[in-house]
Amino acid sequence: MLTIPCPFCGERDEAEFRYGGEALQEIPQAGASDAEWADYLFNRDNPKGLVHERWCHSYGCNQWFQVVRDTVTHRIHAVYRVGEARPVLDDVDGASADTGG
Amino acid sequence: MSAPQPFRKPEGGRIDRTRGIAFTFDGRRCLGHPGDTLASALLANGVRIVGRSMKFHRPRGVLTAGIEEPNALVTVDWGSGRIPTVRAAAMPLLDGLEARSQNRFPSVNFDLGRVLDFTRALWPAGFYYKMFKWPDWRAFEWAVRRVGGIGRVPGGADATRYRHLHGHCAALVVGSGPSGLLAALAAGRRGEDVLLVEQDTEFGGSLLHDPMEIEGVGSDEWLAAALAELAGMDNVRLMANATVAGCYDHNVFTIHDRGAAWRGESAVESFWKVRAGNVVLAAGAFEQPMLFGNNDLPGVMLAGAVHKYATRFGVDCGRRVAGVLNNDAGWRSLLAVHDAGTPVCAMVDTRDEVEAGLLDAAEERGIPVYRGATPLAARGSRGVRALRFADRDGSVRQVDCDVIGMSGGMNPATQLYSQAGGRLRYDATQHGFVPDRDPEGWETVGAASGSFAPGGGSPVRPCTAAPGRTGRQWVDFQHDVTVADIELAVRENYVSVEHMKRYTTAGMAVDQGKTSNLNALALLGQLTGRAPGEVGTTTSRPQFAPVTMGAIAGNRRGDFYLPPKLLAAHDWHAAQGAVFDDYGSWKRPACYGPDRDAAIAREVLAVRRSAGLFDGSPLGKIEVRGPDAAAFLDRIYVNNALTLKPGRVRYGLMLNENGIVMDDGVFVRIAEDHYLVNTTSGNADRVAAWLEEWRQCEYFDLEVVLSNVTSQWAVATLAGPDARGVLQALQGMMDLSTAGFPHMSFAEDRFADGTPYRVQRVSFSGEQSYELSVPSNRAASVFERLRSGTDSAEVVPVGVEALMVLRTEKGFIHVGVDTDGTTNPLDIGFGGVVARKRRDFIGARSLARPNDRRGDRRQLVGFELLDPNRSVAAGAHVVTGCNGALRSEGFVTSACRSPTLGKAIGIGLIEGGFGRKGEEVLVYDDGRTTPARVVEPCFYDPAGERMRA
Repeated sequence: MLTIPCPFCGERDEAEFRYGGEALQEIPQAGASDAEWADYLFNRDNPKGLVHERWCHSYGCNQWFQVVRDTVTHRIHAVYRVGEARPVLDDVDGASADTGG
Repeated sequence: MSAPQPFRKPEGGRIDRTRGIAFTFDGRRCLGHPGDTLASALLANGVRIVGRSMKFHRPRGVLTAGIEEPNALVTVDWGSGRIPTVRAAAMPLLDGLEARSQNRFPSVNFDLGRVLDFTRALWPAGFYYKMFKWPDWRAFEWAVRRVGGIGRVPGGADATRYRHLHGHCAALVVGSGPSGLLAALAAGRRGEDVLLVEQDTEFGGSLLHDPMEIEGVGSDEWLAAALAELAGMDNVRLMANATVAGCYDHNVFTIHDRGAAWRGESAVESFWKVRAGNVVLAAGAFEQPMLFGNNDLPGVMLAGAVHKYATRFGVDCGRRVAGVLNNDAGWRSLLAVHDAGTPVCAMVDTRDEVEAGLLDAAEERGIPVYRGATPLAARGSRGVRALRFADRDGSVRQVDCDVIGMSGGMNPATQLYSQAGGRLRYDATQHGFVPDRDPEGWETVGAASGSFAPGGGSPVRPCTAAPGRTGRQWVDFQHDVTVADIELAVRENYVSVEHMKRYTTAGMAVDQGKTSNLNALALLGQLTGRAPGEVGTTTSRPQFAPVTMGAIAGNRRGDFYLPPKLLAAHDWHAAQGAVFDDYGSWKRPACYGPDRDAAIAREVLAVRRSAGLFDGSPLGKIEVRGPDAAAFLDRIYVNNALTLKPGRVRYGLMLNENGIVMDDGVFVRIAEDHYLVNTTSGNADRVAAWLEEWRQCEYFDLEVVLSNVTSQWAVATLAGPDARGVLQALQGMMDLSTAGFPHMSFAEDRFADGTPYRVQRVSFSGEQSYELSVPSNRAASVFERLRSGTDSAEVVPVGVEALMVLRTEKGFIHVGVDTDGTTNPLDIGFGGVVARKRRDFIGARSLARPNDRRGDRRQLVGFELLDPNRSVAAGAHVVTGCNGALRSEGFVTSACRSPTLGKAIGIGLIEGGFGRKGEEVLVYDDGRTTPARVVEPCFYDPAGERMRA
């Protein structure tokens, strides 16, 4: 049961949020091959360590944002809004493995 | 005090001897005292056989003095209800408690099920695995169900109330022994917000039965002062009778709190969810049994338990105690038992080395000591009468005793630590698994960390099986697992600790292996040539100790389990004779009238001939506004949203990214920058969330906002040839004539009384049809007004089932019924719409894959049964081949006997269906096949003249 720092509302219990899976980089362009499209639709990195993932504060402000979470320790290293650049994490001493994504 | 307590010491213990508590065991009247547990009171009353073992129905007595009890499981009637499989050693003795033994017939002292013990060879480990393969499980099932299992679920409603509570603390201290109290005092003095949780009825842990000197004073004095200081701190909360049951991510703990019930305040159990900053785990350690023949006889107990019963409860577990030991802690327990007045007649230790001070103490007391000895077996049939063991030189000896106090070492209570992700390390000196490195914010202290006061002493000798019949040496008492079962598992190559556990069932059930896991994995190691550390432990998961199911459910039972959504006009429908069913989360009228089939037919014909009134309020209604509203919806829908004129309505399909049909419904352009999206009833929340996700995460370049107004508007759908006349008669209704307001139009205005309304002309029945939206609080009055009809037109209330028949006759699909997780828009005849759309939309790319364009995909068709007397149900398969080798080509998704047409029809998805119109196929339903013809999926007014009239 995580405590998630919503960038709009502050720290809230996981029960207020909806999970949206790994934050994907971009939807492939129109000319993408079937293989590229299938990779986008079905394949996820599922790293052991830091993962960028999307959450929605659905029982709060109803805003989507990104969370950087360590899948081993569940520690949340950063949150950032949609459209913001992925944060540079200089303090990831507690991270379990290479950064994901 | 009428009933005698033959095994109660004349004095001593922390019980209140001034007051008696009457209780019964299997109907026998007994007496105990406040401060007793059910187990201590049973022992004081001389009850030795408390239950029967699960598999072999062997007589069992009390083994432990705590929550790890595997034997003394009873059914308890107390207060508000009956609780099965209560651990007597962890159940406080409460006024009026009635306990019953379990798993016995006819009585606990004479159990016919014992025959299973004498035919034990037939019931080896892996019995179920083998029986499922051969000969036939069903031949045995009735008998196994009759004699197996532990306890019975009580019938009737549970009168206990359960509540869920939430809390926070800066420091959670689990356990109130000396280590836990010291940690709580330190944190409390620092001003931290402390929560101290103790599963026992009293705080103090081992101090309650094993006094020692702390900070220069006796522990009784120290304990009283510590508790007084803690009670005086505003920042410290103390919780007794409460078990920390589970540990979850980010230091969230569940706590099962029975304090209110057990203190007699109210029949309430609380299930806490507590978020802790730091955690101090001071949960102590569990003493382990020794392995020797008949080590499950009543009277064979853990040495520490014998000690605890003697000094905390003033109870003699018997008259003569023999010790079977492999460690110093067991010695200290039994010396204390001796000093408390129950003579110890022998110390049988498997080790050669024993701490000198302990040997001196035994000699002072005249207790014979046998070092390097091997315990062989307990003698007796319904209780211990003697202990047989081999001395160091091999000579077999026997000592008379009625209690065997055994101690196989202490294993730290690390369950919560493991749940938090902590790793364990095998400590060979102590023969136990101890925490290796505390997780962030954790501190394990005291016995839970592997430090047993007073430290040092001689190393523990790991427990091994005794020579002789290994089928008589119990490893797991509750599940009747013997050394022989583990040997069998190894022979059959179940050598991983997790496989061995599942094959033998060692370590399962109520006690979760607190007294069996260590011996089981040590044995597994000995049999496979591995050290216990290499074998490892099984995974520890919540719950740490049994939690009442009701406490987990809390208020979410009965009407609160899944609260239904009621229509704004629910009471009005009820007054019309509606029969309600669950449709998604809504309770809606299925039909009106008790005879379901007749009501549905009557309602269908009313719509076809005059007018029907349907409550469409759950229809999803999402407003989309902003300069880019059109562009946004054009990316969402397969259909073109840009060309729709204000005041007009269009049907649309939504796909997911995989090109699968996700939802359908009409959308309205109210104004240039204002749309209204209708979704399938029951899908409104999901679609609203989906649109919002795309708006925020992908289409944030568009200026558009969304608002789900589903429950704001009630929708009265009036359909049938007379619909327009009835609606037009409402005071203030705009002109609805077809010339100015054709099919697929929308308008909004106000009635004469000022009530706003929206009306859209769309049809799911195939008749002329209007959906009238009014504010929800006006629903009942509008329904009542429409229901009264006009002089020339009768209006009949129509339920969901009739609407399903109407739309099936018309071949209109219901997404999720006529489509599934593989259906794309091409499969249901929208290939032309897809081809015409030049711009991108969600799912478009997926439709370009070769697989999505195959001609033999399952495609939407209609069916007519050739036999007029037959009908089929939705789900019936369309098959080819002959009996025994039928192959499904698809299935019927909606079917009905059409009251309008007088024949059985259906729609469905079959392979290559578009090219098979006119073909005869076989439909397989409920064991029979019947011929049907594939037709266009529209059986009524295919030109649509009636709905456009």
